[in-house]
Amino acid sequence: MAYGEWELKPWHEIPVGSIVPEAGSSKVNKTGSWRMLRPVLNYDKCTHCLICWIFCPDDSIPVSPQERFETDFEYCKGCGICAVECPYNALEMVPEMEVKLKELEEQLG
Amino acid sequence: MAQKKVIALTGNQAAAEAMRQINFDIAAVYPISPQTELMGFFAEYVANGEVDTEMIAVDGEHSAMAACIGAAAAGARVITASAGPGIAYMVENLYVASGMRLPIVLLDVNRALSAPLSIHCDHADSMLTRDSSWISLFSENAQEAYHNIIMATKISEKALFPIIVNYDGYIVSHSIEDVEILDDETVRNFVGPSDIHRIPYPLLDIKKPVTYGATAQPDYYTECKYQQHVDFLKVYDIVREVFDEFAEIADVKYDFIEEYKTDDAEYIGISMGSSFGTLKDVVDILREQGKKVGAIKIRLFRPFPVKEVAEALSKAKGVAVLDRADSFDGIGGPLFKDISTAVMMSQNRPFIHNFIYGLGGREVKEEDFLKAFDRLERLEKGIETRDRFVEYLQVRE
Repeated sequence: MAYGEWELKPWHEIPVGSIVPEAGSSKVNKTGSWRMLRPVLNYDKCTHCLICWIFCPDDSIPVSPQERFETDFEYCKGCGICAVECPYNALEMVPEMEVKLKELEEQLG
Repeated sequence: MAQKKVIALTGNQAAAEAMRQINFDIAAVYPISPQTELMGFFAEYVANGEVDTEMIAVDGEHSAMAACIGAAAAGARVITASAGPGIAYMVENLYVASGMRLPIVLLDVNRALSAPLSIHCDHADSMLTRDSSWISLFSENAQEAYHNIIMATKISEKALFPIIVNYDGYIVSHSIEDVEILDDETVRNFVGPSDIHRIPYPLLDIKKPVTYGATAQPDYYTECKYQQHVDFLKVYDIVREVFDEFAEIADVKYDFIEEYKTDDAEYIGISMGSSFGTLKDVVDILREQGKKVGAIKIRLFRPFPVKEVAEALSKAKGVAVLDRADSFDGIGGPLFKDISTAVMMSQNRPFIHNFIYGLGGREVKEEDFLKAFDRLERLEKGIETRDRFVEYLQVRE
């Protein structure tokens, strides 16, 4: 769901105290749309030490105990902490606009 | 009927006694005069094992309220106390607590706000909480403070709104008077057991996890506040219900306001807190002189009893609103605006004038209130004129 596409309930259907009874409700909010800088990973330098995963404040780096997978760009806000913390400088923060434009060019051919 | 005994207690001692009998789950404490002593007395009970309360010593009043919010959201029965600038420091969290609809009891031992620094009594601190959606009760003396705390616990839980019990710093908190104490069992039965399901979504109910304090975007915030608005209007009936239930066990009938010789009164004085005692004495003095005067005490301050006040003032010619705080807004004190609203909404429009008194613990004497009634009468009759609705009663010119 994009912002604004969720149901608008009337005042009497909101739980008392404005509590949220559903778990994982933050998943609806695709914070990736806030990103100005995107972390681009150089897989030649990555040793899968998982330090970027430890520091990511948004839980946007999916990992297994052995491997660091590609950043989840639906939620990554582009804070740059992973790039700062990577001991191998394997991550570079690139303007999101550049990446989006390139993708668009490829799409349009 | 409860077993009662009369003991000589100060306001803080009486409040601590009420806290001991109710046996709160959590008390978050940070010291500030004049309430430090209150939590000190209560800490003795905790240290002696006379209560099961867990006392959390926090780093400031903001944290005290934060601790109360967390504990109340978990499902615990919580209490904290503060005064003056301490209340100011916790105001941010007052709005959080009421927005989350948590039952919390806050004892406000009324103290002036800085600057200049004053540890003494006035109502400025309570006026910071006016718009915070907290229920607010004012106590005239230690007896009322004791009763108000017991009733407040129940009111807060029934209404699912946090509640402030006010009593005057030093004047009530540190002065000894006869206080009639109920027995422990009666108080315990009145407030009921502390079960986490006193609130609809306790965090300790791990089978039904919820999120407290999430963001609401512009498309939802209004609906959240409207629900709070509608429920706050229900507080009137709930307070009356609890007052009636309390009357059955303590044989004392409380209502939103207390009227003293107002039936045929032409001029009525209105005040809150301990000064009402002096106001009643002044009414007696003037009555002996043949003047038809009366007095009204506001006990339930929030939500404001507009209907009851309008009804009580329906036959008056002149009203002196005595404010123990100044709003510095060019109009008058805070109580003056509430009374004006009540009068504005009624058929009878008496002449209302506002007197600011008792700031920073200034001693309130009978001659001060006699002066107020005299000035009110002169203004109402047109013998004197005014260019503002408000004046200070005790200032040295």
